Amino acid sequence: MARVLVGVKRVIDYAVKIRVKPDKSGVVTDGVKHGLNPFDEIAIEEAVRMKEKKIASEVIAVSCGLQQAQESLRTALAMGVDRGIHVEVPQAQYDTLQPLHVSKILAKVAQDEKVDVIIVGKQAIDDDSNQTAQMTAALLQWPQATFASEVKVEGNEVVVKREIDGGLETIKVKLPAVISADLRLNEPRYATLPNIMKAKKKPIKKITPSDLGVDVSPRMQIVNVEDPPTRQAGSVVPDVDSLLAKLKEKGHI
Amino acid sequence: MVLNFTNARKFCTKSSLLKNAVQLTKDKFPNLIRGSYATVDSKDIDYFNKLLGANNFITGEEVKSYNEDWLKSVSGFSKFVLKPKTTEQVSEILKYCYKHNIAICVQGGNTGLVGGSVPVFDEVILSTSAMNNIISFDKLSGVLVCQAGCVLENLMNYVQNEGFIMPFDLGAKGTCQIGGNLATNAGGLRLIKYGSLQGSVLGLQSVLADGQILNCLNTLRKDNTGYHLKHMFIGSEGTLGVITKVAIQCPNTPKYVNVAFIGLKSFNKVLSFFSLTRKQLSGSLSSFELMDSEAIKSVQTNIGLKCPIDDSFEFYVLLELSADNNFINLAIEELLEKALAEEIIVDATVADQPSQIQNLWKIRENIPESLLRNGYVYKYDITLPHEYFYEAVLEIRKRLDKLDVKAVCGYGHLGDGNLHLNVATTEYNEKITSAIEPYIYEWTSKYKGSISAEHGIGLLKSKYLNYSKSNLEVELMKKLKNTIDPKKILNPYKIFPQDK
Repeated sequence: MARVLVGVKRVIDYAVKIRVKPDKSGVVTDGVKHGLNPFDEIAIEEAVRMKEKKIASEVIAVSCGLQQAQESLRTALAMGVDRGIHVEVPQAQYDTLQPLHVSKILAKVAQDEKVDVIIVGKQAIDDDSNQTAQMTAALLQWPQATFASEVKVEGNEVVVKREIDGGLETIKVKLPAVISADLRLNEPRYATLPNIMKAKKKPIKKITPSDLGVDVSPRMQIVNVEDPPTRQAGSVVPDVDSLLAKLKEKGHI
Repeated sequence: MVLNFTNARKFCTKSSLLKNAVQLTKDKFPNLIRGSYATVDSKDIDYFNKLLGANNFITGEEVKSYNEDWLKSVSGFSKFVLKPKTTEQVSEILKYCYKHNIAICVQGGNTGLVGGSVPVFDEVILSTSAMNNIISFDKLSGVLVCQAGCVLENLMNYVQNEGFIMPFDLGAKGTCQIGGNLATNAGGLRLIKYGSLQGSVLGLQSVLADGQILNCLNTLRKDNTGYHLKHMFIGSEGTLGVITKVAIQCPNTPKYVNVAFIGLKSFNKVLSFFSLTRKQLSGSLSSFELMDSEAIKSVQTNIGLKCPIDDSFEFYVLLELSADNNFINLAIEELLEKALAEEIIVDATVADQPSQIQNLWKIRENIPESLLRNGYVYKYDITLPHEYFYEAVLEIRKRLDKLDVKAVCGYGHLGDGNLHLNVATTEYNEKITSAIEPYIYEWTSKYKGSISAEHGIGLLKSKYLNYSKSNLEVELMKKLKNTIDPKKILNPYKIFPQDK
């Protein structure tokens, strides 16, 4: 049976209105509701289903970030993950933590824990990078099956349906492999109370990037964060002719 | 063409026909008699056109949607919709209609459930939709002043940006208007915490039947000077005047909100859980909503929403706590663990993230829509003492046992003793109505309940008013109506039982 590692990122809840800090150094996170990255939730759900189908023997969740990342790990545990690993990254370094850093961490943890499958969300909804799965696979020299909308483990292989432009692509990769979850892969469960209670007793191991030999020193500097331009108010035109005239006037047709 | 049309009709199944065409109220209730009001003529049309402009005076095909209620249970055949922008225009319209004896149906978002917001016959529709300006918001006192046609959800978003919330919330928030909310004294989802609208409305402006503008647009919290006339209009269902402006007290947004979705095995357990919740957390309790298994089944099959916990329980409760301190995060878990240990509840899930909270609420809010997708819904909105709360559903289920119904379900604001008893069918059937009415009202009256908790009386419940109001009360209401609107041009046929 396979051992599965899932990557979990704590992000600002998608129903919260994002506000830029007055000094434009980033977005306001203090006192703002956070939660699991929705794509990571799908990854967790897929891993837990593998365990329920007796395809996976153990599911481990790993999260890189501040102390509060443990809340997200706790949610993962309540959904059915067996244990958590919190790779603590202090605020100063977390602001400039990039997918490459996270990939190196995931790759190292995967080797240490001898996992067969890594499942991560295709991207995090805060920075939208969509790089971690690909780079992790490259670092490990494992095959990658990204944007998965269906995952079937068949012996030593995984058959994955991928969401591509204009349709689906079915590929087969050998284990060990890295999979990234797309929106339609599954519908994640809600953590129920008995499982939330059980999750409190499940172990979360805390380590640092240097324990794994990963250097997370910044490779970039945040210069400026700005709000997108506000949408201009529209106007109602009385008929098609004046619409065409307006469009011409503005140079759109 | 005509022939083709009739042929086409023959091939339609009855249910699909009903889904498309709403039976006219005058045909559905042949005993109703049109009052001796004037019929709008070309002279009147010219007047309205000149007063409002072509964009705000609606005629033709577009009027149809203003004639029919959301439930598609009643339909008038009015030919004209007036959309004034200002109080002064409303005043001019009423002055004119009063003089010429033209009946008016006042309409807000048209989300009412008792046929109160659409014309019965050909009353001219006065829609408040174009009066949608926010006039002022005082960040210190939290007092919002706005025009009556503002959509509730827009007001919610507006005050939210300032750190406040509206003191009430309902499923129809995306369409319903504040003026209509006041006119029907809307209750909704947070009444248990913030109380009835009567407590939150500080003042209002309304136009009387003869066009006089009555300004009670007070923004003071305390003002005991004479009669509180504003209360007369709250819940008057457009029969005493047209509400044009509103001053409403908004509470601060609670910093923390927690929601739990809970599964329970029996109604007695629901009551035990309610009592436990009240005992432990009454100060932060902002919603206690009941949903029975039929309601959950309906949302699952007709809307496609997933039940967040096992879908085999008899009852579900949506519990919302809100507070300015994060203790509720722990408190809600403690409460649920205790209830679980004492076997009051069987399963639950909790949410403190806005996105998850919205998703859980969606299940509760989509129940009415999901039932309507069957074709037709018989809606009863009653208040009952808690011990008889769910018995009403069982009684009706028994009575409808042999009839062709899709669902008999109960849900609602259990915290306030307010039950929504809904019966869904594929089409309207007189037999079903007579199996429920007046039985349900007699039953409610016997247990000292109210036959209309928050939906009002409108047209559909007018003949049952006596089950909740004494003769003297009704007499006094009539006197009031006749004094303020002696020609009875405002929302005729509504609230009062029609004398034959």
